Amino acid sequence: MADSTTATPEVRPLVKHLTLGPTRDKDFLNGSRCSNCGELYVGPRLFCAKCSAAGSFETVRLGSTGQVYVWTIVYQATPYVKAPYIAAVIDLDGGGSVNANIVGVEPRPDAMKFGMRVKMSTEKVSEDDDGNSYIAYQFQPA
Amino acid sequence: MREVAIIGASMIKFGRFADRDLAQLGAQAATEALQDAGVEMKAIEALYSGNFYSTSGSGQRVLQQIGQTGIPVVNTANACASGSTAFREAFFAIGSGAYDMVMAVGSEQMGKQGLLGSRGDQATSLEGRVGSYMMPAVFGMAGMEHARQYGTQAEHFAMVAVKNHYHSTQNPLAQYQKEASLDEVMKGRMISYPNTLLMCCPTGDGAAAAILCSMDVARKYTTHPIKVAASVMTSDPYTERDLTLPDVNTLTRNAAKIAYEQAGIGPEDLSQVELHDCFATAELLHYENLGLCNDGEAGKHIASGAPWIGNRIPTKYQEDVAPFQDKSYVPKTKAVVNASGGLLSKGHPLGATGVANIAEIVFHLRGQAGGRQVENSKVGLAHVIGLGSACTIHVLQK
Repeated sequence: MADSTTATPEVRPLVKHLTLGPTRDKDFLNGSRCSNCGELYVGPRLFCAKCSAAGSFETVRLGSTGQVYVWTIVYQATPYVKAPYIAAVIDLDGGGSVNANIVGVEPRPDAMKFGMRVKMSTEKVSEDDDGNSYIAYQFQPA
Repeated sequence: MREVAIIGASMIKFGRFADRDLAQLGAQAATEALQDAGVEMKAIEALYSGNFYSTSGSGQRVLQQIGQTGIPVVNTANACASGSTAFREAFFAIGSGAYDMVMAVGSEQMGKQGLLGSRGDQATSLEGRVGSYMMPAVFGMAGMEHARQYGTQAEHFAMVAVKNHYHSTQNPLAQYQKEASLDEVMKGRMISYPNTLLMCCPTGDGAAAAILCSMDVARKYTTHPIKVAASVMTSDPYTERDLTLPDVNTLTRNAAKIAYEQAGIGPEDLSQVELHDCFATAELLHYENLGLCNDGEAGKHIASGAPWIGNRIPTKYQEDVAPFQDKSYVPKTKAVVNASGGLLSKGHPLGATGVANIAEIVFHLRGQAGGRQVENSKVGLAHVIGLGSACTIHVLQK
Protein backbone atom coordinates (compact mmCIF):
# COMPACT_ATOMS: atom_id res chain seq x y z
CA MET A 1 0.00 0.00 0.00
CA ALA A 2 1.35 3.45 -0.89
CA ASP A 3 2.33 5.78 1.92
CA SER A 4 0.39 8.87 2.92
CA THR A 5 2.57 11.22 0.81
CA THR A 6 1.17 9.83 -2.45
CA ALA A 7 0.38 12.73 -4.78
CA THR A 8 -2.47 11.15 -6.75
CA PRO A 9 -5.38 10.04 -4.59
CA GLU A 10 -5.98 6.31 -4.70
CA VAL A 11 -8.96 4.04 -4.28
CA ARG A 12 -8.06 1.53 -1.59
CA PRO A 13 -9.75 -1.45 0.07
CA LEU A 14 -10.52 -0.76 3.75
CA VAL A 15 -9.39 -4.31 4.63
CA LYS A 16 -6.68 -6.56 3.17
CA HIS A 17 -9.15 -9.34 2.48
CA LEU A 18 -11.08 -7.23 -0.02
CA THR A 19 -9.67 -7.26 -3.57
CA LEU A 20 -10.85 -4.35 -5.70
CA GLY A 21 -11.86 -4.87 -9.32
CA PRO A 22 -12.09 -2.23 -12.09
CA THR A 23 -15.67 -1.54 -11.03
CA ARG A 24 -17.44 -2.13 -7.71
CA ASP A 25 -19.40 -5.10 -9.04
CA LYS A 26 -16.05 -6.86 -9.71
CA ASP A 27 -14.78 -6.53 -6.10
CA PHE A 28 -14.33 -9.79 -4.21
CA LEU A 29 -13.12 -11.18 -0.88
CA ASN A 30 -9.82 -13.05 -0.86
CA GLY A 31 -8.54 -15.83 1.35
CA SER A 32 -5.64 -18.23 1.82
CA ARG A 33 -5.73 -21.99 1.96
CA CYS A 34 -3.00 -23.81 3.89
CA SER A 35 -1.32 -26.32 1.58
CA ASN A 36 -0.47 -28.51 4.57
CA CYS A 37 -3.81 -28.95 6.38
CA GLY A 38 -6.25 -27.33 3.97
CA GLU A 39 -7.60 -24.81 6.48
CA LEU A 40 -9.15 -21.76 4.83
CA TYR A 41 -8.44 -18.25 6.14
CA VAL A 42 -9.91 -14.89 5.29
CA GLY A 43 -7.20 -12.61 3.88
CA PRO A 44 -3.47 -13.17 3.40
CA ARG A 45 -1.45 -15.19 5.94
CA LEU A 46 2.18 -16.16 6.59
CA PHE A 47 1.61 -19.09 8.97
CA CYS A 48 -1.22 -21.48 9.69
CA ALA A 49 -2.91 -20.89 13.08
CA LYS A 50 -4.32 -24.42 12.98
CA CYS A 51 -1.30 -26.59 12.04
CA SER A 52 1.62 -24.09 12.39
CA ALA A 53 2.84 -24.78 8.84
CA ALA A 54 4.69 -21.86 7.26
CA GLY A 55 4.94 -20.34 3.86
CA SER A 56 2.76 -22.28 1.54
CA PHE A 57 -0.66 -20.71 1.08
CA GLU A 58 -2.81 -20.75 -2.00
CA THR A 59 -4.63 -17.46 -2.54
CA VAL A 60 -8.29 -18.13 -3.20
CA ARG A 61 -11.37 -16.13 -4.12
CA LEU A 62 -14.02 -16.39 -1.41
CA GLY A 63 -17.75 -16.56 -1.92
CA SER A 64 -19.82 -13.39 -2.18
CA THR A 65 -22.91 -15.06 -0.71
CA GLY A 66 -23.49 -16.78 2.60
CA GLN A 67 -25.62 -16.90 5.70
CA VAL A 68 -25.80 -14.98 8.96
CA TYR A 69 -24.17 -17.02 11.73
CA VAL A 70 -24.75 -14.53 14.58
CA TRP A 71 -25.74 -10.87 14.74
CA THR A 72 -26.16 -8.00 17.15
CA ILE A 73 -27.63 -4.56 16.82
CA VAL A 74 -25.23 -1.85 17.88
CA TYR A 75 -27.00 1.14 19.41
CA GLN A 76 -24.03 2.75 21.16
CA ALA A 77 -21.70 3.31 18.22
CA THR A 78 -18.38 5.03 17.67
CA PRO A 79 -19.00 8.74 16.88
CA TYR A 80 -18.68 8.70 13.06
CA VAL A 81 -21.07 5.74 12.65
CA LYS A 82 -24.83 6.08 12.31
CA ALA A 83 -26.63 3.92 14.89
CA PRO A 84 -28.41 1.64 15.31
CA TYR A 85 -26.86 -0.73 12.79
CA ILE A 86 -26.60 -4.49 12.43
CA ALA A 87 -23.19 -6.12 12.94
CA ALA A 88 -22.88 -9.79 12.10
CA VAL A 89 -20.65 -12.75 11.44
CA ILE A 90 -21.30 -14.21 7.99
CA ASP A 91 -20.41 -17.78 7.07
CA LEU A 92 -19.50 -17.55 3.38
CA ASP A 93 -20.63 -20.16 0.89
CA GLY A 94 -17.56 -22.26 0.11
CA GLY A 95 -15.90 -21.51 3.45
CA GLY A 96 -14.59 -18.65 5.59
CA SER A 97 -16.31 -16.33 8.06
CA VAL A 98 -16.22 -12.54 8.01
CA ASN A 99 -17.44 -9.69 10.16
CA ALA A 100 -19.77 -7.36 8.29
CA ASN A 101 -22.51 -4.81 8.57
CA ILE A 102 -25.90 -5.96 7.34
CA VAL A 103 -27.84 -3.40 5.33
CA GLY A 104 -31.25 -3.48 3.72
CA VAL A 105 -32.90 -4.80 6.90
CA GLU A 106 -34.49 -2.72 9.65
CA PRO A 107 -32.12 -2.76 12.64
CA ARG A 108 -34.67 -4.49 14.87
CA PRO A 109 -34.22 -7.85 16.64
CA ASP A 110 -37.47 -9.22 15.17
CA ALA A 111 -36.27 -8.46 11.63
CA MET A 112 -33.17 -10.62 11.99
CA LYS A 113 -32.89 -14.39 11.64
CA PHE A 114 -30.05 -16.84 12.22
CA GLY A 115 -29.14 -18.44 8.92
CA MET A 116 -30.57 -15.56 6.85
CA ARG A 117 -29.23 -15.71 3.27
CA VAL A 118 -27.13 -12.66 2.34
CA LYS A 119 -25.04 -11.34 -0.55
CA MET A 120 -22.12 -8.94 -0.63
CA SER A 121 -21.83 -5.46 -2.11
CA THR A 122 -19.12 -2.82 -1.79
CA GLU A 123 -19.05 0.95 -1.59
CA LYS A 124 -16.88 3.90 -0.65
CA VAL A 125 -17.12 4.49 3.09
CA SER A 126 -14.49 7.14 3.79
CA GLU A 127 -11.79 9.44 2.48
CA ASP A 128 -8.57 10.44 4.24
CA ASP A 129 -6.88 13.85 4.39
CA ASP A 130 -4.90 13.11 1.22
CA GLY A 131 -8.05 12.38 -0.76
CA ASN A 132 -7.62 8.58 -0.84
CA SER A 133 -10.93 6.73 -0.91
CA TYR A 134 -11.64 3.57 1.07
CA ILE A 135 -13.94 0.81 -0.12
CA ALA A 136 -15.66 -1.55 2.33
CA TYR A 137 -17.95 -4.51 1.86
CA GLN A 138 -21.31 -5.13 3.46
CA PHE A 139 -24.05 -7.73 3.13
CA GLN A 140 -27.76 -7.51 2.41
CA PRO A 141 -30.55 -10.07 2.16
CA ALA A 142 -30.11 -12.24 -0.94
CA MET B 1 5.95 -26.97 43.60
CA ARG B 2 5.47 -25.86 47.20
CA GLU B 3 2.02 -25.17 48.60
CA VAL B 4 1.17 -21.49 48.19
CA ALA B 5 -0.97 -19.51 50.64
CA ILE B 6 -2.61 -16.10 50.73
CA ILE B 7 -2.25 -14.32 54.08
CA GLY B 8 -3.38 -10.85 53.08
CA ALA B 9 -5.95 -9.51 50.62
CA SER B 10 -7.53 -6.15 49.89
CA MET B 11 -9.67 -4.31 47.42
CA ILE B 12 -10.27 -0.57 47.54
CA LYS B 13 -13.70 0.72 46.63
CA PHE B 14 -14.00 0.92 42.86
CA GLY B 15 -15.27 4.12 41.29
CA ARG B 16 -14.07 7.17 39.42
CA PHE B 17 -11.32 9.03 41.25
CA ALA B 18 -10.18 11.90 39.05
CA ASP B 19 -8.40 13.51 42.01
CA ARG B 20 -6.10 10.52 42.62
CA ASP B 21 -3.46 8.90 40.43
CA LEU B 22 -2.78 5.27 39.60
CA ALA B 23 0.10 4.92 42.07
CA GLN B 24 -2.07 6.18 44.93
CA LEU B 25 -4.80 3.66 44.13
CA GLY B 26 -2.31 0.79 43.96
CA ALA B 27 -0.51 1.99 47.10
CA GLN B 28 -3.74 2.08 49.10
CA ALA B 29 -4.57 -1.49 48.12
CA ALA B 30 -0.99 -2.63 48.83
CA THR B 31 -0.95 -0.99 52.26
CA GLU B 32 -4.30 -2.53 53.19
CA ALA B 33 -3.11 -5.99 52.11
CA LEU B 34 0.05 -5.62 54.21
CA GLN B 35 -2.06 -4.60 57.22
CA ASP B 36 -4.43 -7.48 56.59
CA ALA B 37 -1.48 -9.91 56.55
CA GLY B 38 0.19 -8.28 59.53
CA VAL B 39 3.50 -7.92 57.70
CA GLU B 40 5.69 -4.97 56.83
CA MET B 41 6.93 -3.89 53.43
CA LYS B 42 10.46 -5.03 54.24
CA ALA B 43 9.20 -8.64 54.38
CA ILE B 44 8.10 -8.50 50.74
CA GLU B 45 10.73 -10.00 48.44
CA ALA B 46 9.18 -9.25 45.03
CA LEU B 47 6.24 -7.34 43.56
CA TYR B 48 4.02 -8.38 40.63
CA SER B 49 1.88 -5.54 39.30
CA GLY B 50 -0.99 -5.95 36.86
CA ASN B 51 -2.09 -2.96 34.81
CA PHE B 52 -3.23 -2.55 31.21
CA TYR B 53 -3.25 1.12 30.22
CA SER B 54 -0.20 2.57 31.96
CA THR B 55 2.96 2.58 29.87
CA SER B 56 5.29 3.35 32.79
CA GLY B 57 6.03 0.84 35.53
CA SER B 58 2.86 0.61 37.61
CA GLY B 59 4.60 -1.55 40.23
CA GLN B 60 7.59 0.74 40.69
CA ARG B 61 5.21 3.67 41.10
CA VAL B 62 3.44 1.81 43.92
CA LEU B 63 6.79 1.22 45.64
CA GLN B 64 7.60 4.95 45.34
CA GLN B 65 4.55 5.49 47.53
CA ILE B 66 4.94 2.70 50.08
CA GLY B 67 8.65 1.84 50.22
CA GLN B 68 11.43 1.65 47.65
CA THR B 69 13.08 -1.42 49.09
CA GLY B 70 14.84 -2.28 45.84
CA ILE B 71 13.01 -5.59 45.30
CA PRO B 72 12.38 -7.01 41.83
CA VAL B 73 9.23 -5.68 40.16
CA VAL B 74 7.44 -7.36 37.26
CA ASN B 75 4.67 -5.44 35.48
CA THR B 76 2.12 -7.48 33.57
CA ALA B 77 -0.32 -6.44 30.84
CA ASN B 78 -2.75 -9.07 29.56
CA ALA B 79 -5.94 -7.15 28.79
CA CYS B 80 -8.65 -7.87 31.40
CA ALA B 81 -6.47 -10.67 32.79
CA SER B 82 -3.58 -8.29 33.62
CA GLY B 83 -4.19 -8.52 37.39
CA SER B 84 -4.72 -12.27 37.54
CA THR B 85 -1.59 -12.70 35.40
CA ALA B 86 0.38 -10.75 38.03
CA PHE B 87 -1.13 -12.94 40.75
CA ARG B 88 -0.16 -16.07 38.84
CA GLU B 89 3.44 -14.84 38.49
CA ALA B 90 3.45 -14.26 42.26
CA PHE B 91 2.09 -17.77 42.73
CA PHE B 92 4.97 -19.25 40.72
CA ALA B 93 7.52 -17.13 42.58
CA ILE B 94 6.44 -18.76 45.84
CA GLY B 95 5.64 -22.20 44.48
CA SER B 96 9.05 -22.52 42.84
CA GLY B 97 10.81 -21.67 46.09
CA ALA B 98 12.44 -18.54 44.64
CA TYR B 99 10.87 -16.34 47.34
CA ASP B 100 9.04 -16.87 50.63
CA MET B 101 6.79 -13.81 50.56
CA VAL B 102 5.67 -11.63 47.64
CA MET B 103 2.92 -9.19 46.76
CA ALA B 104 0.56 -9.01 43.80
CA VAL B 105 -1.13 -5.70 43.03
CA GLY B 106 -3.68 -4.96 40.32
CA SER B 107 -4.57 -1.38 39.49
CA GLU B 108 -6.21 0.67 36.75
CA GLN B 109 -7.38 4.19 36.14
CA MET B 110 -9.77 4.28 33.19
CA GLY B 111 -11.92 7.28 33.96
CA LYS B 112 -14.77 7.20 31.47
CA GLN B 113 -12.88 5.85 28.47
CA GLY B 114 -12.75 2.06 28.53
CA LEU B 115 -11.85 -0.04 25.54
CA LEU B 116 -13.74 2.33 23.29
CA GLY B 117 -11.17 5.02 24.05
CA SER B 118 -8.39 4.43 21.57
CA ARG B 119 -9.48 4.68 17.96
CA GLY B 120 -7.24 4.61 14.95
CA ASP B 121 -7.35 7.06 12.10
CA GLN B 122 -11.04 7.58 11.49
CA ALA B 123 -10.85 7.25 7.69
CA THR B 124 -9.30 3.78 7.87
CA SER B 125 -11.16 2.42 10.89
CA LEU B 126 -13.17 -0.75 10.34
CA GLU B 127 -15.39 -0.16 13.35
CA GLY B 128 -19.03 0.15 12.32
CA ARG B 129 -18.15 -0.26 8.62
CA VAL B 130 -17.12 -3.91 8.53
CA GLY B 131 -19.04 -5.11 11.58
CA SER B 132 -18.16 -4.13 15.14
CA TYR B 133 -15.09 -5.07 17.13
CA MET B 134 -16.03 -3.22 20.29
CA MET B 135 -16.63 -5.33 23.38
CA PRO B 136 -20.41 -4.71 23.60
CA ALA B 137 -20.91 -6.14 20.10
CA VAL B 138 -18.46 -8.99 20.61
CA PHE B 139 -20.25 -10.12 23.77
CA GLY B 140 -23.65 -9.39 22.26
CA MET B 141 -22.82 -11.83 19.45
CA ALA B 142 -21.32 -14.36 21.90
CA GLY B 143 -24.67 -14.36 23.68
CA MET B 144 -26.54 -14.62 20.39
CA GLU B 145 -24.48 -17.71 19.55
CA HIS B 146 -25.92 -19.30 22.71
CA ALA B 147 -29.39 -18.13 21.70
CA ARG B 148 -28.87 -19.69 18.27
CA GLN B 149 -27.80 -23.03 19.78
CA TYR B 150 -30.24 -23.27 22.67
CA GLY B 151 -33.02 -20.73 22.21
CA THR B 152 -31.85 -18.64 25.16
CA GLN B 153 -34.04 -15.55 25.57
CA ALA B 154 -33.03 -11.96 26.27
CA GLU B 155 -34.71 -12.29 29.69
CA HIS B 156 -32.38 -15.13 30.67
CA PHE B 157 -29.39 -12.89 30.05
CA ALA B 158 -31.08 -9.98 31.80
CA MET B 159 -31.60 -12.09 34.96
CA VAL B 160 -27.82 -12.14 35.38
CA ALA B 161 -27.90 -8.36 35.78
CA VAL B 162 -30.80 -8.56 38.24
CA LYS B 163 -28.85 -11.06 40.35
CA ASN B 164 -25.52 -9.23 40.29
CA HIS B 165 -27.00 -5.79 40.98
CA TYR B 166 -28.97 -7.38 43.84
CA HIS B 167 -25.78 -8.90 45.26
CA SER B 168 -23.96 -5.57 44.99
CA THR B 169 -26.29 -3.87 47.44
CA GLN B 170 -24.40 -5.73 50.18
CA ASN B 171 -20.94 -4.83 48.86
CA PRO B 172 -19.78 -1.41 50.08
CA LEU B 173 -16.69 -1.70 47.81
CA ALA B 174 -18.77 -1.99 44.64
CA GLN B 175 -18.79 0.92 42.19
CA TYR B 176 -22.59 0.71 41.99
CA GLN B 177 -24.86 -0.66 44.72
CA LYS B 178 -28.23 -0.26 43.14
CA GLU B 179 -30.86 -2.92 42.50
CA ALA B 180 -32.85 -3.25 39.29
CA SER B 181 -35.85 -5.45 38.49
CA LEU B 182 -36.03 -7.65 35.39
CA ASP B 183 -38.33 -5.10 33.79
CA GLU B 184 -35.93 -2.25 34.55
CA VAL B 185 -32.99 -4.17 33.12
CA MET B 186 -34.94 -5.14 29.98
CA LYS B 187 -36.24 -1.61 29.39
CA GLY B 188 -32.84 0.01 29.94
CA ARG B 189 -31.07 1.76 27.09
CA MET B 190 -29.95 -0.87 24.56
CA ILE B 191 -26.17 -0.86 24.05
CA SER B 192 -25.64 -3.87 21.77
CA TYR B 193 -28.42 -6.43 21.55
CA PRO B 194 -29.25 -8.24 23.78
CA ASN B 195 -27.20 -6.31 26.38
CA THR B 196 -28.84 -3.19 27.79
CA LEU B 197 -26.98 -0.59 29.86
CA LEU B 198 -27.39 -2.48 33.14
CA MET B 199 -26.07 -5.64 31.45
CA CYS B 200 -22.71 -3.97 30.67
CA CYS B 201 -19.94 -3.43 33.21
CA PRO B 202 -18.91 0.16 33.85
CA THR B 203 -15.45 1.62 33.30
CA GLY B 204 -13.71 2.95 36.37
CA ASP B 205 -10.72 3.18 38.66
CA GLY B 206 -9.62 0.77 41.34
CA ALA B 207 -6.98 -1.47 42.85
CA ALA B 208 -6.61 -4.70 44.78
CA ALA B 209 -3.70 -6.54 46.34
CA ALA B 210 -2.71 -9.88 47.85
CA ILE B 211 0.20 -11.13 49.95
CA LEU B 212 1.35 -14.63 49.02
CA CYS B 213 3.78 -16.88 50.85
CA SER B 214 4.64 -20.52 51.26
CA MET B 215 2.26 -22.51 53.46
CA ASP B 216 5.04 -23.04 56.01
CA VAL B 217 5.65 -19.31 56.31
CA ALA B 218 1.91 -18.61 56.34
CA ARG B 219 1.41 -20.63 59.50
CA LYS B 220 3.74 -18.23 61.35
CA TYR B 221 1.34 -15.38 60.63
CA THR B 222 -2.11 -16.92 60.76
CA THR B 223 -3.96 -19.99 61.91
CA HIS B 224 -6.25 -19.68 58.86
CA PRO B 225 -4.18 -19.32 55.68
CA ILE B 226 -6.01 -19.56 52.37
CA LYS B 227 -4.56 -22.23 50.08
CA VAL B 228 -4.15 -21.56 46.36
CA ALA B 229 -5.26 -24.98 45.17
CA ALA B 230 -5.02 -24.26 41.45
CA SER B 231 -3.53 -21.58 39.21
CA VAL B 232 -4.20 -21.99 35.51
CA MET B 233 -3.82 -19.89 32.39
CA THR B 234 -4.84 -20.65 28.82
CA SER B 235 -4.93 -18.75 25.54
CA ASP B 236 -7.47 -19.37 22.80
CA PRO B 237 -6.77 -22.51 20.78
CA TYR B 238 -7.62 -22.40 17.08
CA THR B 239 -11.33 -22.82 16.52
CA GLU B 240 -13.36 -22.35 13.38
CA ARG B 241 -14.50 -18.73 13.74
CA ASP B 242 -12.13 -17.48 16.46
CA LEU B 243 -10.39 -15.01 14.16
CA THR B 244 -13.76 -13.44 13.34
CA LEU B 245 -15.75 -13.84 16.55
CA PRO B 246 -13.45 -14.24 19.57
CA ASP B 247 -14.15 -17.63 21.13
CA VAL B 248 -14.47 -16.94 24.87
CA ASN B 249 -15.69 -20.45 25.56
CA THR B 250 -13.03 -22.97 24.56
CA LEU B 251 -10.16 -21.42 26.51
CA THR B 252 -12.35 -21.21 29.63
CA ARG B 253 -13.35 -24.87 29.25
CA ASN B 254 -9.71 -25.85 28.84
CA ALA B 255 -8.68 -23.82 31.90
CA ALA B 256 -11.52 -25.21 34.03
CA LYS B 257 -10.59 -28.80 33.22
CA ILE B 258 -6.98 -28.24 34.29
CA ALA B 259 -8.02 -26.26 37.40
CA TYR B 260 -10.34 -28.99 38.66
CA GLU B 261 -7.61 -31.59 38.11
CA GLN B 262 -5.01 -29.46 39.92
CA ALA B 263 -7.30 -28.80 42.87
CA GLY B 264 -8.61 -32.36 42.97
CA ILE B 265 -12.22 -31.17 43.01
CA GLY B 266 -15.20 -30.95 40.70
CA PRO B 267 -17.57 -28.02 40.08
CA GLU B 268 -20.05 -29.58 42.55
CA ASP B 269 -17.49 -28.93 45.34
CA LEU B 270 -17.44 -25.15 44.77
CA SER B 271 -19.10 -22.92 47.36
CA GLN B 272 -18.81 -19.92 45.10
CA VAL B 273 -17.42 -18.47 41.88
CA GLU B 274 -16.33 -14.99 40.89
CA LEU B 275 -16.46 -15.14 37.09
CA HIS B 276 -15.86 -12.64 34.31
CA ASP B 277 -19.28 -11.05 33.73
CA CYS B 278 -18.02 -8.12 31.66
CA PHE B 279 -21.46 -8.38 30.02
CA ALA B 280 -24.50 -10.29 31.27
CA THR B 281 -24.34 -12.57 28.22
CA ALA B 282 -20.84 -13.72 29.25
CA GLU B 283 -21.96 -14.97 32.67
CA LEU B 284 -24.45 -17.47 31.23
CA LEU B 285 -21.84 -18.86 28.81
CA HIS B 286 -19.40 -19.37 31.67
CA TYR B 287 -21.91 -21.38 33.76
CA GLU B 288 -21.53 -24.02 31.08
CA ASN B 289 -17.83 -23.42 30.41
CA LEU B 290 -17.02 -23.89 34.11
CA GLY B 291 -19.29 -26.93 34.42
CA LEU B 292 -21.72 -25.27 36.85
CA CYS B 293 -24.53 -26.64 34.67
CA ASN B 294 -24.81 -28.84 31.59
CA ASP B 295 -24.49 -27.37 28.10
CA GLY B 296 -27.64 -25.58 27.05
CA GLU B 297 -28.96 -25.27 30.61
CA ALA B 298 -27.49 -21.89 31.62
CA GLY B 299 -30.83 -20.12 31.18
CA LYS B 300 -32.56 -22.64 33.40
CA HIS B 301 -29.70 -22.44 35.89
CA ILE B 302 -29.95 -18.67 36.49
CA ALA B 303 -33.76 -18.93 36.70
CA SER B 304 -33.56 -21.81 39.19
CA GLY B 305 -32.00 -19.54 41.82
CA ALA B 306 -28.92 -21.76 42.27
CA PRO B 307 -26.25 -19.10 41.55
CA TRP B 308 -27.96 -16.47 43.74
CA ILE B 309 -26.83 -15.84 47.34
CA GLY B 310 -28.83 -18.31 49.47
CA ASN B 311 -29.36 -20.46 46.33
CA ARG B 312 -32.80 -18.95 45.81
CA ILE B 313 -34.50 -16.12 43.94
CA PRO B 314 -35.30 -13.29 46.40
CA THR B 315 -39.05 -13.15 47.12
CA LYS B 316 -39.47 -9.75 45.44
CA TYR B 317 -38.14 -11.10 42.12
CA GLN B 318 -39.87 -14.49 42.14
CA GLU B 319 -42.87 -13.35 40.16
CA ASP B 320 -40.67 -11.83 37.42
CA VAL B 321 -38.52 -14.94 37.10
CA ALA B 322 -41.29 -17.57 37.35
CA PRO B 323 -42.26 -17.52 33.62
CA PHE B 324 -38.67 -18.45 32.73
CA GLN B 325 -38.28 -21.26 35.26
CA ASP B 326 -38.28 -24.95 34.44
CA LYS B 327 -39.74 -26.60 37.55
CA SER B 328 -38.23 -29.95 36.56
CA TYR B 329 -34.69 -28.51 36.42
CA VAL B 330 -32.38 -29.80 39.16
CA PRO B 331 -29.22 -27.68 39.50
CA LYS B 332 -26.05 -29.70 39.11
CA THR B 333 -24.10 -27.31 41.37
CA LYS B 334 -24.98 -24.75 44.03
CA ALA B 335 -21.99 -22.43 43.68
CA VAL B 336 -23.06 -18.84 44.30
CA VAL B 337 -21.88 -16.75 41.36
CA ASN B 338 -20.57 -13.20 41.71
CA ALA B 339 -21.61 -12.54 45.30
CA SER B 340 -19.55 -9.35 44.99
CA GLY B 341 -21.98 -7.96 42.43
CA GLY B 342 -19.67 -9.06 39.64
CA LEU B 343 -18.04 -6.76 37.16
CA LEU B 344 -21.53 -5.51 36.25
CA SER B 345 -21.87 -3.61 39.53
CA LYS B 346 -18.59 -4.01 41.40
CA GLY B 347 -16.86 -2.42 38.42
CA HIS B 348 -14.08 -3.49 36.07
CA PRO B 349 -10.89 -1.41 36.27
CA LEU B 350 -9.07 -3.88 34.02
CA GLY B 351 -5.78 -4.40 35.88
CA ALA B 352 -7.48 -4.52 39.29
CA THR B 353 -10.15 -7.06 38.36
CA GLY B 354 -8.13 -10.29 38.52
CA VAL B 355 -6.73 -9.54 41.97
CA ALA B 356 -10.07 -8.18 43.25
CA ASN B 357 -11.85 -11.43 42.31
CA ILE B 358 -9.30 -13.36 44.37
CA ALA B 359 -9.63 -10.92 47.30
CA GLU B 360 -13.41 -11.37 47.22
CA ILE B 361 -13.08 -15.15 47.52
CA VAL B 362 -10.60 -14.71 50.40
CA PHE B 363 -13.10 -12.48 52.27
CA HIS B 364 -15.77 -15.18 51.98
CA LEU B 365 -13.52 -18.10 52.93
CA ARG B 366 -12.62 -16.18 56.09
CA GLY B 367 -16.27 -15.29 56.81
CA GLN B 368 -15.56 -11.55 56.43
CA ALA B 369 -17.94 -10.73 53.57
CA GLY B 370 -20.65 -9.08 55.66
CA GLY B 371 -24.18 -9.00 54.25
CA ARG B 372 -23.16 -10.81 51.06
CA GLN B 373 -21.37 -13.65 52.88
CA VAL B 374 -21.79 -17.01 51.16
CA GLU B 375 -22.74 -19.29 54.02
CA ASN B 376 -20.00 -21.67 55.13
CA SER B 377 -17.88 -21.01 52.03
CA LYS B 378 -15.07 -23.55 51.77
CA VAL B 379 -13.88 -23.53 48.16
CA GLY B 380 -14.02 -20.65 45.70
CA LEU B 381 -13.05 -20.20 42.06
CA ALA B 382 -11.93 -16.91 40.48
CA HIS B 383 -12.15 -16.69 36.69
CA VAL B 384 -11.01 -13.93 34.34
CA ILE B 385 -10.92 -13.56 30.57
CA GLY B 386 -8.91 -10.97 28.72
CA LEU B 387 -9.92 -10.75 25.07
CA GLY B 388 -7.23 -11.51 22.65
CA SER B 389 -7.36 -13.94 24.57
CA ALA B 390 -6.13 -14.97 28.02
CA CYS B 391 -8.08 -16.95 30.61
CA THR B 392 -6.99 -17.44 34.20
CA ILE B 393 -8.60 -19.59 36.86
CA HIS B 394 -7.57 -19.72 40.49
CA VAL B 395 -9.12 -22.11 43.00
CA LEU B 396 -8.86 -21.06 46.66
CA GLN B 397 -9.54 -23.25 49.67
CA LYS B 398 -9.91 -22.64 53.35
